[in-house]
Amino acid sequence: MKVFEKIFKFNGGIQAKTKKNISTTSPIKQFGLPSKIILPLRQHIGKLAKLKVSVGDHVLKGQLIAEADGNVSAAIHAPTSGKVLSIEKQLIPHPSGLPDFCVEIEPDGKDKWVQIKPTNWKKIDLEKVNKLLLSSGIVGLGGAAFPTHLKLNHGKAENSLKTLIINAAECEPYITCDDMLMREKTNELILGIKLVHEILGVEESVIGIEDNKTVAINLLTKAIENEKNIFLKIVPTIYPSGDAKRLIYLLKGIKIPKSQRSSDYGIQMFNVATIVAIYRFLEFGEPSISRIVTITGNLRSPRNYEVLLGTPLEEIIDDAGGQVVKNNTFIMGGPMMGFKLPSINVPVTKAMNCIISSEPDMVEEKKPVLPCIRCARCAEACPVQLQPQELFWFSKSKQLEKAEEYNLFDCIECGCCSYVCPSNIPLVQYYRFAKSEIIEERQEQEQANIARERNEFRILRLEREKQERAERNALRRAQSSNEDKTKLIEEKRKAIADALKRIEAGGEEQ
Amino acid sequence: MFTSILIVIFLAALIGIILGISSIKFKVEGDPIIDKIDSILPQTQCGQCGFPGCKPYATAIANGAADINQCPPGGDEGIHKLADLLGVEYKPLNAEHGEPKPKSVAVIDEKTCIGCTLCIQACPVDAILGSAKHMHTIIEKECTGCELCLPPCPVDCIDMAPIEENAENWKWKYPVYKIDKSPERRVS
Amino acid sequence: MINLQSPFVQGSSSVSTIMLLVLLTLLPGLFLYIHFFGLGILLNVLIATITAIFAEFIILKIRKLPAKIFLTDYTAVVTAWLLALSIPSIAPWWITVLGTLFAIVVAKHFYGGIGSNLFNPAMIGYAILLISFPAVMTKWQNPSHINDMGLSLSIFLGGVDNYDAIASATPLDYLKTELLQGKNVSQIMNEPIAKLTQMQWVSFGFFIGGIILLLTKVITWHLPLTYLVTLFVIASIFHLIDPNQFAPFQFHLLNGGTMLAAFFIITDPVSGPTTPNGKIFFAILIATLVYVIRVFGGYPEGIAFAVIFANICVPLIDNLSQPKVFGHE
Repeated sequence: MKVFEKIFKFNGGIQAKTKKNISTTSPIKQFGLPSKIILPLRQHIGKLAKLKVSVGDHVLKGQLIAEADGNVSAAIHAPTSGKVLSIEKQLIPHPSGLPDFCVEIEPDGKDKWVQIKPTNWKKIDLEKVNKLLLSSGIVGLGGAAFPTHLKLNHGKAENSLKTLIINAAECEPYITCDDMLMREKTNELILGIKLVHEILGVEESVIGIEDNKTVAINLLTKAIENEKNIFLKIVPTIYPSGDAKRLIYLLKGIKIPKSQRSSDYGIQMFNVATIVAIYRFLEFGEPSISRIVTITGNLRSPRNYEVLLGTPLEEIIDDAGGQVVKNNTFIMGGPMMGFKLPSINVPVTKAMNCIISSEPDMVEEKKPVLPCIRCARCAEACPVQLQPQELFWFSKSKQLEKAEEYNLFDCIECGCCSYVCPSNIPLVQYYRFAKSEIIEERQEQEQANIARERNEFRILRLEREKQERAERNALRRAQSSNEDKTKLIEEKRKAIADALKRIEAGGEEQ
Repeated sequence: MFTSILIVIFLAALIGIILGISSIKFKVEGDPIIDKIDSILPQTQCGQCGFPGCKPYATAIANGAADINQCPPGGDEGIHKLADLLGVEYKPLNAEHGEPKPKSVAVIDEKTCIGCTLCIQACPVDAILGSAKHMHTIIEKECTGCELCLPPCPVDCIDMAPIEENAENWKWKYPVYKIDKSPERRVS
Repeated sequence: MINLQSPFVQGSSSVSTIMLLVLLTLLPGLFLYIHFFGLGILLNVLIATITAIFAEFIILKIRKLPAKIFLTDYTAVVTAWLLALSIPSIAPWWITVLGTLFAIVVAKHFYGGIGSNLFNPAMIGYAILLISFPAVMTKWQNPSHINDMGLSLSIFLGGVDNYDAIASATPLDYLKTELLQGKNVSQIMNEPIAKLTQMQWVSFGFFIGGIILLLTKVITWHLPLTYLVTLFVIASIFHLIDPNQFAPFQFHLLNGGTMLAAFFIITDPVSGPTTPNGKIFFAILIATLVYVIRVFGGYPEGIAFAVIFANICVPLIDNLSQPKVFGHE
């Protein structure tokens, strides 16, 4: 085990009250079988998964419910055995509050596994591992839900990946699911790191962890004592040190812009929970069917739960004792980047890493939103070194081209700017609005271009058809010259004469 | 006095030569203004502006034969963009040419369709799939909502369905924060 | 219904807290001012504050904005105090009222209110007063007449008969006029007026307040440090070139409104630049202009005009000094 000395420091960031002790006093509780399982088909970035079951089918635990559609997609598996009750639109954990297609399964209590087998990953090459992972349904479990198989490749060229970084930072307040996973599944994590290390063929693996996780640091330090190529690097507790590019800068001193990926620089990063999921899939054949969720905040007994995907959230909140101060407001994700859930009747999805039951000071009438006083504290706090005040003025006045010029799309929506604003302006909402508008405009422009092309082709086609018809007519008219005309008239006369003869002959016979 | 006349003549000749050379060297082929106007128009090809498609309307605007406020699908935003491009003043949408409607796509009722191909011939972007005496259907992705297929259908089996907001196409709204009680003023 | 969106936690101090801190740090300088020059300044400050709050209240009502929310961010009070501290303490009451009204109503609200004013309101108020009433604005209180409360009160209420009894020029003013009459710097420095240390003590009070502002992170070091260093450098260069024509740097730094400007006036966030490099350039520009106006210009004190001119350049300064984004370096 080695601990590197040099830690870089990114600009800005904030130090908020971490509130992690609320949910770390008890160990992870296995939630067990819920009364129903609701699986949204949209739990990942990319295309919707393609259904493979119909209503009334009986499915086994781990059976493929929907397969990945193309490469940027992920599969969905049944978390327990049971009967498919319905496939219809139900409420999903999404900031819009709109429903989406879900597969509802009624557990039969037997929890019977489909046949699974481990993969001999040491003997097969990376492309085959990639294809297998496509069917595993594993996505980034840190909250981003990016299909993992897309990251398990060689990067630009074979042997171009040099470093594997394990994101154990968990920088947002309240969230502790990764911390508890590191405490209780340390061995699996280390085995997973070694597995991914070998598959990717990297030279070193670095675990980046914040300094407030003392128990996990001790356990990990002991576990990697005899590992030559795994290192533990402790970073100071500043939000957002867990953001991928920020963590890479902290650990390696490399600043990667928005337009490039970390694999272009020979670095690949995975969350600790994703590593354990990859390990369990390749070692035991288990697809992605469960995850650890932190249930914290204003509750009687907040703690971490290991739940099956699709478990209704109400049941988990009930098990945690319900809210102490009733306000029926729950936040999915952390307090800096999360969103308010439309209701508690939503299922657990792959992206759900934490549910905060709102504390009273989160829901009370906030101070009024004052005009911007140009103090530029937001620029001091921005970890991406943007100028949030300029982006705010442009987004507010809908000058979207200028906002894009000032690097609006580099914004990671971490919320540091809104946290420090003395005028209480919710800056991130403006950036989200501006980004959606720009993306929609681009899509409409694309659509318009296609429509223009189709229209021009149609006009061309009609012209072509008209021309062809004219040519055919001209040809026909040109072909029938005077000789042909007289021949035609002769032939016709002959036919008439023959017919008359036949009639006469017929008449004479009588 | 003689020298000043010479100097002025010389300057005029010099500037004339420079302008002449530039007009030859920097000449732009074609008429890009029509293309620029066309790239602002929404390409619905609906004909509500009074011209048979977006390119003819763009040509008419460039020639001064049409005003910039005749396109309902482009809406106010489109008129503003045209006004900016051409350097003319903005004017509100001319109601004679129609009202802006929410974006919709056409839907054919399959039970009623008789396979006459009249709608296929009417669609300006070839978004209807089908042939004589066979079922016709709208390719939803290509439909621009121009409504040109509705009048020709002899059995009236085509309807316009507005595109609803769902979890896929949902986007963040413009944030508005009221700061006071009076309804006229708000700090947003 | 409360519009709940991320982030759900807040860690910032509000605008009113920041402004109250600024007022607090103005107190050391204010107390020293009262100690050396009497209670005249306190009257000015009170009049300015009352006028400012009243004017802002009326304007907010006319603009149909919620008065309570905007009044309690105390920005008007800070403007009033800064203006009151910049004008002579024996100025008649109507000077203070007029200046404050102009600062609040025209320089601040006519441009859009808090957050939208192009120019520093206090400096606009001061500049208008200086141009319109030059005679009154150049009569500063002589500290030896500190106990003549009755006299200052009568002047305060508008009577200007015995003005010259208790008024005198400031050290900067004196330097300028004497240089024009042909004396050289070392001669002037030995005169009693030039040796007046009372105003220098007041400047020191503002300096202490400014340091407190820096330590509590209300302002960053870019503006005050750059301004003072630039003024020091320019003054020293000129003093080295010709010690008889140009005063030494300590004269420039400690006299006039330099310290007040460095920490309180040029750090006004609304009218200043927002980027770190922009702030440095802004401070250099102001310091240069202040020196130029003081030495080569027509007025003895040039801070107000320097700040106003620099405010005009702020959008360009901001545009050209945008820092590089993470990864785009």
